[in-house]
Amino acid sequence: MDFSYTQEQKMLQESVQKFIQKSYDFETRNKIMASERGYSEENWQLFAELGWLTVAFSEADGGFGASAVDLILMMDEFGKAMLVEPFVPTTVLGGGLFSALGSVEQKAEFIPKIMAGGLQLACAYAEANSRYNLSSVATTARVNGDSVTIDGLKIAVLNGSNASKLLVVARESGARTDREGISVFMVDADAPGVSIQAYTNIDGKMSAQVSFEAVEVAVADRLGAVGGAIGALETVIDRATVAVSAEAAGALEAMLQKTVEYSKVRKQFGTAIGTFQALQHRMVDMFIECQLARSIVLRAAMKLDSAEDEIEKARAVSAAKSRVGKAIRRVSQEAIQIHGGIGMTDEMDVGHMFKCVTGLAMMFGNTDYHTARFAAL
Amino acid sequence: MNADFTAEELAFESEVREFLSAEFPGEYRDKVDANIRLSKDELVNWQKILYRKGWAAPNWPQEYGGTGWSATQKYIFATEMGLIGAPEPVPFGMKMVAPVLMAYGSDEQKRRFLPDILESNVWWCQGYSEPNAGSDLASLKMSAVRDGDDYIVNGSKTWNTYGQYADWIFCLVRTDNSVKKQEGISFLLIDMHSAGVSLKSIYLLDGHPEVNEIFFDDVRVPANNLIGEENKGWTYAKVLLTHERTNISGVPRGKRRLRALKRIASDTDDGFGSNMMENSTFKNKLAETEIELQALEYVELRTLAALSVGKAPGPESSILKIVGTELAQKMDELFVELAAYNCLPFLPEQFEEGFQGNPVGPGTAASSALVYFNNRKLSIFGGSNEIQRNIISKAVLGL
Repeated sequence: MDFSYTQEQKMLQESVQKFIQKSYDFETRNKIMASERGYSEENWQLFAELGWLTVAFSEADGGFGASAVDLILMMDEFGKAMLVEPFVPTTVLGGGLFSALGSVEQKAEFIPKIMAGGLQLACAYAEANSRYNLSSVATTARVNGDSVTIDGLKIAVLNGSNASKLLVVARESGARTDREGISVFMVDADAPGVSIQAYTNIDGKMSAQVSFEAVEVAVADRLGAVGGAIGALETVIDRATVAVSAEAAGALEAMLQKTVEYSKVRKQFGTAIGTFQALQHRMVDMFIECQLARSIVLRAAMKLDSAEDEIEKARAVSAAKSRVGKAIRRVSQEAIQIHGGIGMTDEMDVGHMFKCVTGLAMMFGNTDYHTARFAAL
Repeated sequence: MNADFTAEELAFESEVREFLSAEFPGEYRDKVDANIRLSKDELVNWQKILYRKGWAAPNWPQEYGGTGWSATQKYIFATEMGLIGAPEPVPFGMKMVAPVLMAYGSDEQKRRFLPDILESNVWWCQGYSEPNAGSDLASLKMSAVRDGDDYIVNGSKTWNTYGQYADWIFCLVRTDNSVKKQEGISFLLIDMHSAGVSLKSIYLLDGHPEVNEIFFDDVRVPANNLIGEENKGWTYAKVLLTHERTNISGVPRGKRRLRALKRIASDTDDGFGSNMMENSTFKNKLAETEIELQALEYVELRTLAALSVGKAPGPESSILKIVGTELAQKMDELFVELAAYNCLPFLPEQFEEGFQGNPVGPGTAASSALVYFNNRKLSIFGGSNEIQRNIISKAVLGL
């Protein structure tokens, strides 16, 4: 047994920490969010130079190794800083779908571009009625000779307004919730019939609602086999689920730290509020929640990197998201409560962290969804 | 023992219900249902409708234009208001400064201020908290120094809800630094239009400037705006804080929101071909909420029964604040859970007056997260729930 990071992992972690410390304080993040694209393209190019955009890809695809442990150690740091750059949608979701489903040609064309920072992607899977079920797909794809016509509405498309290519999950056959019949298509964001309504999420990241009206793509723009994408989609979303769980674990730890610090300096009744046992015990409980969250996320990442079967991996992912969701509620609510009124204001970073983790709690399924999935698998 | 209303009380209930359903404007109800804030004008207009009916101030004695209702009638009125979603009067004038004026104000002050509060001609805000005096309110620092017929006021107040609308503010100010902190505080009314008063909006997590910080820079306040005696303000303020804790359980509003949750759950796809009302986990959560509401309702009714036989509301009323606010926050979580991805978009402007754009998401879904964020205040303001627990610990359990 060995829970220590390798030399390479330590270097990766230090590189992220250094960047955050130097270039990503709260004010800088606010400025980035207020900018037109809602993320910093300059940062994105730097991520490419630092090799971060290769982490999600296997060595065979020219990447850093696609280790889930590598991924979570980065996401943890991103979470602490509430990073808004579209790392998950472009490399984990978009890149993941290319890795899992792409042909040799498709991979060769797109994966190097992603890793070089030259391609932004978005994965359009969720729909108004799908909730968290990935096989609930009402968007249709109809083949006519060499072309395919796509119709439907997608919601919560992360990075949807900045991506040049959308990876659209659409149904080629079967009923709305059938596992069979689901395919993934590459669609240019500026293709006729695509309309994108952009907005900022509660967590500060850019997202969009995207409608597809008689959008024409070529049959060659399909990733993978006809109607056979669900397995790959689940695997990719599972990896992204672990990524956002780690992001949340990092944010929660930052909230705990800020709360403890604040309780030491905030004086009421002639003493620091951190001297009150009623608050001390609650902060201890926050600490315990953070440790449980961190541990179960690590467990999930280690399972993903292991030779376990697919069911065990999926169960580990759902266990992590389920438990992290609980920790999010407890830790984030207590952090605001202990800060008092000041924690409710837009000026304080802790409030933004509260909003961040509230978003992460439902991303790719909330606690109830993943508890039920864990039980059913 | 029974929990039934008398025939007269039932008749009164029907009267209130009929009045509200006829007179609470439909467009206001639609806004409340859609989680859109009512504007200042709309709130004032609604208050004036109640005033014309003679129901503006259920808690005031008749001599000041109150209703003279029994405790049970007040409860019935509050319940019907909550069930239909009609906003309670903005509390700062009606429920906060008015009782203090009645108890400790001079006749001249009562004549000067109470009628305008009753008619909603003047908007008040509360000047209690300061940046360094929150839960420990008595440590407040804003100073008022006597200078001839005036006080010269310096300092700042914070968390002033709707201070941007206010014509007047009632403040706790320090008039003596040489004594125990509670004994050097006075209760002073300040015209917000006075020279030297300035205001900075504070944006909360939901993107709305609901509260403010108010700065006082050498503001001259006539000494006849002092309530009661100098340095007795803390005693007066405590009276007010007890009033703040009544009617805070929010059971009627809770019932209304529970109905909304059930309706939305039935309309929300579970992603597997059924709806969220058929999802056993979610159904259990709704059941737990309903059970909690029933328990809370009976705590409130027992308090009410004690009031009806002339007992004063004791420190037990802190239970209503603690359980009521925490239950409301639980319900906020359920709205968020139902909305799922539909409450991720941060679009506060979509829920402001006069929004012209293309709305994202169905119904109130996108506002669920905003309400969840905003309502974290419930367990912080009005005496934080930690302070309420201290009260029960000391005054009820004798610890």
